[in-house]
Amino acid sequence: MALVIEMPKLSDTMEEGGIANWLKKEGEKIGEGEPLVEIETDKATQEYESPEEGVLLKILVQPGKAVALRTPIAIIGAAGEAFDLAALTGGGTKTAATTPAAASPTTSAVPPKPTAKPVGAVAPTQAAPVVVGRVKASPLARKVAAELGVDVSQISGSGPAGRVVLRDIEHRSGSGAAAAQSAQAQPAVAGAASTTIPVTMMRKTIAKRLLAAKNDAPHFYLTISADVTKLEAWRQQLNGAAAKAAKVGVAATKVSLNDVVILAASRALKVHPEVNSSWQGDTILQHAEAHVAIAVALPEGLVTPVIRRADALGLRDIAASVRDLAGKAKDGKLSNDAYAGGTFTISNLGMFGIEEFTAIINPPQAAILAVGAALPTPWVDEHGALVVQQRMKMTLSCDHRVVDGATGAKFLQTLVSYLEEPMQMLV
Amino acid sequence: MALIQFREAIAQAMAEEMARDDRVFLMGEEVAQYNGAYKASKGLLDQFGANRVWDSPISEAGFAGLGVGAAMVGLRPIIEMMTWNFGIQGFDQIVNHAAKMCYMSGGQFNVPIVFRGPNGAAHMLGSQHSQSFDAMLTNVPGMKVISPSTPYDTKGLLKSAIRDNNPVIFLESEMMYGLKGEVPEGEYLIPIGVGDIKRAGEHVTIIAWNKMLHVAMAAAEQLASIGVSAEVLDPRTLQPLDEELIFSSVRKTHRLVIVDEGWDFAATSAQISDRVQKECFDDLDAPVVRVNSLFVPMPYAEDLEHAVLPTAERVVEAVKEVLYVG
Repeated sequence: MALVIEMPKLSDTMEEGGIANWLKKEGEKIGEGEPLVEIETDKATQEYESPEEGVLLKILVQPGKAVALRTPIAIIGAAGEAFDLAALTGGGTKTAATTPAAASPTTSAVPPKPTAKPVGAVAPTQAAPVVVGRVKASPLARKVAAELGVDVSQISGSGPAGRVVLRDIEHRSGSGAAAAQSAQAQPAVAGAASTTIPVTMMRKTIAKRLLAAKNDAPHFYLTISADVTKLEAWRQQLNGAAAKAAKVGVAATKVSLNDVVILAASRALKVHPEVNSSWQGDTILQHAEAHVAIAVALPEGLVTPVIRRADALGLRDIAASVRDLAGKAKDGKLSNDAYAGGTFTISNLGMFGIEEFTAIINPPQAAILAVGAALPTPWVDEHGALVVQQRMKMTLSCDHRVVDGATGAKFLQTLVSYLEEPMQMLV
Repeated sequence: MALIQFREAIAQAMAEEMARDDRVFLMGEEVAQYNGAYKASKGLLDQFGANRVWDSPISEAGFAGLGVGAAMVGLRPIIEMMTWNFGIQGFDQIVNHAAKMCYMSGGQFNVPIVFRGPNGAAHMLGSQHSQSFDAMLTNVPGMKVISPSTPYDTKGLLKSAIRDNNPVIFLESEMMYGLKGEVPEGEYLIPIGVGDIKRAGEHVTIIAWNKMLHVAMAAAEQLASIGVSAEVLDPRTLQPLDEELIFSSVRKTHRLVIVDEGWDFAATSAQISDRVQKECFDDLDAPVVRVNSLFVPMPYAEDLEHAVLPTAERVVEAVKEVLYVG
């Protein structure tokens, strides 16, 4: 019996998948568990293994094409087996369809077996939002909200019994349709030819999530600077010790200024759990642990892998974790679990000489820290004397639904005190 | 283009088809010497003679059956019901014979017949003479059902109905026989099963046919004055229904109101609503709202009759409901 292979859900946020490359040709034999196809998701390119032994009878989606989840992409069956493509794919996918278990992060007709297994023991998952009563929304409102990446549960409906209707979504997204139309109607200017670049899955996801974040979360920004002179001295000591250890064959990861910022932020989050929280509509979820996401720039976009339980890790473990995640991200080898469950994000553009900047919150988190470069800065010290200090500016973007100004400010005070007196973090 | 009455459009369509095909004949109560109870067959007796324009006795079951038999042996009868309230006397012939003969004879007999006459309430005729049979007639497989709203549509569709090789029910209205509309001079046909946008709009689709089309148009005019742009869609044929036109309009406006003179339970509007909720689920911003006659036998009293029938005011209220305003 021929089996329809459908586009699998390889990540929680995946809504469509692109065929990067078929690893088998039509007519070629394939074993169960053997890699069949490389699928480009919104996060990474992953191999997808054949759920069954047989022959790849038909490829339905060519490389470079993206299709919605559960769209048939190939047929596997016995060698030379005749099959009715229309019957198999036109609603007749019962042969392969199993339960579409919503709880599984890898829902598909055939349970996929991602090659990338979760790293570590138990990956903490985002607690499911507590829904009190179901959200009433018109079918159209739901569809448009999904397209715009707007969470209907976060919108108060103006229809009967609070039903969310189209106009509520349009108000929320600043009448997205009209904006999109006017953007398309750019006049053509004669002269140098402009280039139209196809939008990758990753770029689509970035666009959708960041738009939703800006629309849903009322942002405000707090900027502060820290004297990192002592911290730099401490870090150089540590790295000097690491170099010595390396000579006698003991490997120890060097630590960067950013690693120390992650350490300090994770400790400060323990002190101020209000910042380590998520807006849930009717409730606010205060996370028990700090899972710190770090923004990693890739040529094709931005990813934010998560350092699990950063608040419980030592500096060298944090440093090792950052190297590992950044390396995998650059090779496109991060598993989907690596992105899930962050509770706070740090974005650092200091290496580009950026003095300070503001970042967009990574939902459902409540805050993101934008870290600038540590630069020699003229400063009036506590004695009123003008001195030159190595100072670093940081801006915290906060979701005002969760974090108030004073709350964010106290978090930053604690963070700065840790950075200025790093020994505090050891006690 | 000539401005002619609805009744003249019917007479023109029948005259042209009778001239074109001598198998076509007309039978019904008072269709010949009296020129039709509503003068919809005016001049036909003079033009075609008593062999082709027959005054029947008051016996709907009899002449409906006669028509079915004539159609089975090769003629193309037009059977006029003085009103469909009387036409129900002939339902056995229509439902059990006309609609089923082709099927039951394994295709040996076609029944190319048109049953036509006014449907729905006129004005103060009481409960037995003020009924819409759209839902009952469209519920029977084997027949086509046409319910036009303008002289132009009537002429083009009646000609198509007469040329069709299957039984066709043609629903008119006493209230519209005097309605004037532009009709071109030359011959034209309107295909069965094709709807028409009578007024284009953006915010809501209003589906209405027969005399309710004019109620919907009046409502659309009132709505325009408060800034609501209503699209008025006339399906013209109820069986088969132009579903694609309906779906495309709803996908554009996202809201649907259906005006249907029939009682609301299991009405034609209920069928349209069901198809739309199935095929346009994700396109709907509000539940489909129907404006039907109230579920009571029609009262004789004028004010009560007015309260039962759909009105432009009720349509405007329904549109406001699906638009979530006022």
